Amino acid sequence: MKHVLNGLLIAAVALAVAGCSADDTQPDEVVLMTHGSFAVSDGVLEAFTDQTGITVNVLQSADAGAMVSQAILTKDNPVADVLYGIDNTFLSRAIDEDLFVPHSAAAIETVPRGLRVESDMVTPIDFGDVCLNLDPDGLAALGLETPDQLVDLADAAYGGTLVVEDPTTSSPGLAFLLATIATFGEDGAYPWQAYWQDLVTNDVRIVPGWDQAYYGEFSGGSGEGDRPIVVSYATSPVAEVYFGDLDTAPTTVLEDGCFRQIEYAGILNGTKAEQAAGQLVDFLLERTFQEDMPLNMFVFPANADTPLPDVFVDYAVIPTDSRVMEPAWIDENRERWLAEWATVVR
Amino acid sequence: MGDSGAMKTRPWVLLLAVPPALFLAYFFIYPLITILYTGLVPNGRFATSAFTEVVTDPTMRSVAWFTLWQAFLSTVITVALGLPAAYVFARYRFPGRSLFRALTLIPFVLPTLVVGVAFLAVLGPGSPFGVDLRGTIWAILIAHVFYNLAIVIRGVGVLWEQIDPHIEDAARSLGAGRWRVFREVTLPLLRPAILSSAALVFLFSFTSFGVILVLGDLHHTTLEVEIWRQATAFLRLDLASALAVLQLVGVTVILLMYGRFSRRNAAELPLRPSAEVARRPRTSGERVFIAATLGMLGLIVVTPIVVLIARSMSTPTGPALTHYANLINPPRASAVFVSPLDAIGNSLRFAIPAVIIAAGIGLMAGVVIVSAKGHSGRLFDTVLMLPLGTSAVTIGFGFLVALDQPVDLRASAMLIPIAHALVAIPFVIRSTVPVMESVQLRLREAAAVLGASPRQAWREVDLPLVSRALAVGGLFAFAISIGEFGATSFIARPATTTIPVSIFRLLGRPGTFGEAMAMAVVLMAITGIAAMGIESMRGSRSGGV
Repeated sequence: MKHVLNGLLIAAVALAVAGCSADDTQPDEVVLMTHGSFAVSDGVLEAFTDQTGITVNVLQSADAGAMVSQAILTKDNPVADVLYGIDNTFLSRAIDEDLFVPHSAAAIETVPRGLRVESDMVTPIDFGDVCLNLDPDGLAALGLETPDQLVDLADAAYGGTLVVEDPTTSSPGLAFLLATIATFGEDGAYPWQAYWQDLVTNDVRIVPGWDQAYYGEFSGGSGEGDRPIVVSYATSPVAEVYFGDLDTAPTTVLEDGCFRQIEYAGILNGTKAEQAAGQLVDFLLERTFQEDMPLNMFVFPANADTPLPDVFVDYAVIPTDSRVMEPAWIDENRERWLAEWATVVR
Repeated sequence: MGDSGAMKTRPWVLLLAVPPALFLAYFFIYPLITILYTGLVPNGRFATSAFTEVVTDPTMRSVAWFTLWQAFLSTVITVALGLPAAYVFARYRFPGRSLFRALTLIPFVLPTLVVGVAFLAVLGPGSPFGVDLRGTIWAILIAHVFYNLAIVIRGVGVLWEQIDPHIEDAARSLGAGRWRVFREVTLPLLRPAILSSAALVFLFSFTSFGVILVLGDLHHTTLEVEIWRQATAFLRLDLASALAVLQLVGVTVILLMYGRFSRRNAAELPLRPSAEVARRPRTSGERVFIAATLGMLGLIVVTPIVVLIARSMSTPTGPALTHYANLINPPRASAVFVSPLDAIGNSLRFAIPAVIIAAGIGLMAGVVIVSAKGHSGRLFDTVLMLPLGTSAVTIGFGFLVALDQPVDLRASAMLIPIAHALVAIPFVIRSTVPVMESVQLRLREAAAVLGASPRQAWREVDLPLVSRALAVGGLFAFAISIGEFGATSFIARPATTTIPVSIFRLLGRPGTFGEAMAMAVVLMAITGIAAMGIESMRGSRSGGV
């Protein structure tokens, strides 16, 4: 009997000590969960450590969808403190699952209204547009004009010219599908399903991922294929110039039918280091990190006060009427749209 | 084989079974059950609807059927092409033999994204063979053969090179033809190794993910890819779990059938060190056979490798080493470029513990399987094979939901070599068990006659012979670890980027394609060097046996 009591006493003391330490001392590490495209220059995360004494430990998932699944599965005991890289296509589901605790980022006023969400559950960090990229030389060789609208590609003249990513395995693929849904609507005379039917008739090629589409099938820039039109990013021509050390972009962007992807960061519900996690979210929106993003991830900083690198200033386009969709609307319909898409293209 | 012998070995066999059993229970069975429970019992109620949905959906049924038959066909073709190659490497000495054999391991480590590039060049619209196999079952089958040929060549070869050729010579001198000797003498002797390798190839093809993602399409998709789709695109964890259960049931049924097939005990073989068995070809018929086999290997294995090397040196101004130079001295200050030396160091940091864990646990498990009598040994064997047939997505998610207590391992770098070892252990078992089964009876009995204890017999007699097979298993463990991408990418930090992760990054944006190819060539070179190193180590050690 005495042993049992001693045991209880020890347990109680241990709990009390654990409780104190969680509340009072600054943790020496925060875990940042992000997707596979995350990249940062040496020294940037170290700058956060210099400011705060906290080390950032990065956990990367294969892609954004896998990351969201992992966060949902571990919500009772989160594996990370901050989630960064969730975009508007998955945001609503994550908020419904109570993944985040509210946080008002220090620099939130620097973010244009159009990028912000109503609640302060997540903070916008960057944005980019998924757009069709064109190979002007490849199109000219086929005797084709450069198209200036999505609907042009339904024309039989553009048969065999387009390669897209499967929306069930690729995030730009999903963005393009959503762009067609936003453009053509669900119930007009020419709904998105009819548009896709025409693309299929026009021998659209569907590949699983961005790199197969861009490097394998696209004929422009560093692509090695034979299709002059590909679903890629508005910043892809910038990357061609930057990595290829070129003076002019070898590819162009079709500014109609782009889809805006906004990436957010949020503090994960259940973190034991909420204050430190908040500091990290603030840091992601500050100049050091924001300035470093464009040339690592080829996205635009959400903080409007951030100067852009020269190559972005000279070569980047930000489409003026990029399609934007309510996250809740996407979440409500994603499964049905993907199933309908599969029926059309199968 | 008598009961008294079994009784004598029992205590230490049981003791040896403990580490593999604990390892498997904690790092496989527990995470697996936890994730399936989480997926299928979301709010305390069992989601039967997920199963109904999966079973009644004609698309899912056709996915399951495709998964099964493509795996069967892949296995048959891989074994049929792998056997002559295993024979040539086991029995003949010829110039370039060890280089050629090392080359056959390279596909095993290549990321599927990179293989996709090579296959598109060889079998796509610009094919030098004038075929366009994109979106056909053939591209998938050829890729599975490309990846898995090494399993048959090495798995069967390690037994073949230890079979005394005098048995075959004796049969031939009694008037049997070459083909008949092969069918009636050699094949039965090789049976355990062939079935072992076939089982591995089948499991790999059955759970194929990367190959299908890169070369398949909506009509050619496996359960593994469908689990991934449901879990990451639809966020339907219940459907993903139901599919994972379906996949697991399929794998278990197949493994049980395999257990029944391979039940017949291996024949007792007069084994010889390989140095004595391999000889130079004597007749022109033998030379033609060797040339034809090497030609086949060249076509399937070497062509894609050559394509990748060519791509890594292709620049707008003709062949050059620009992309390699860019890897060493990045032209831009960007974290996209990880120095190859750093990436190699990071890869080795995961590979070495993975090999040690896999070899240690696998060897213990192998001894238990060989020594335990009756059902228990076979059951143990089947359960240890399961990780290879389980969806990587399921295991990965399982780690996340299960391994947070008592110590939170989920963000720990140790989880990477552990995950690699889980996949590599079946390779250690499959390459050592057939050899152990063959040596144990004869040698142990001989040792017993001479008064040695079972442990002594194991250490002094079995171990040296088994070490060669263990080296093969260890080499596969190394290859699995160094080429692995999924688990590594989840835990790898920017500072610990491995070679496959850096290839993925370089392929993930425009303009760095050549650098990605150069990094892939670095990966191939390391694998080739490791394979040749282990091969030469194997040769010198076996010489002393």
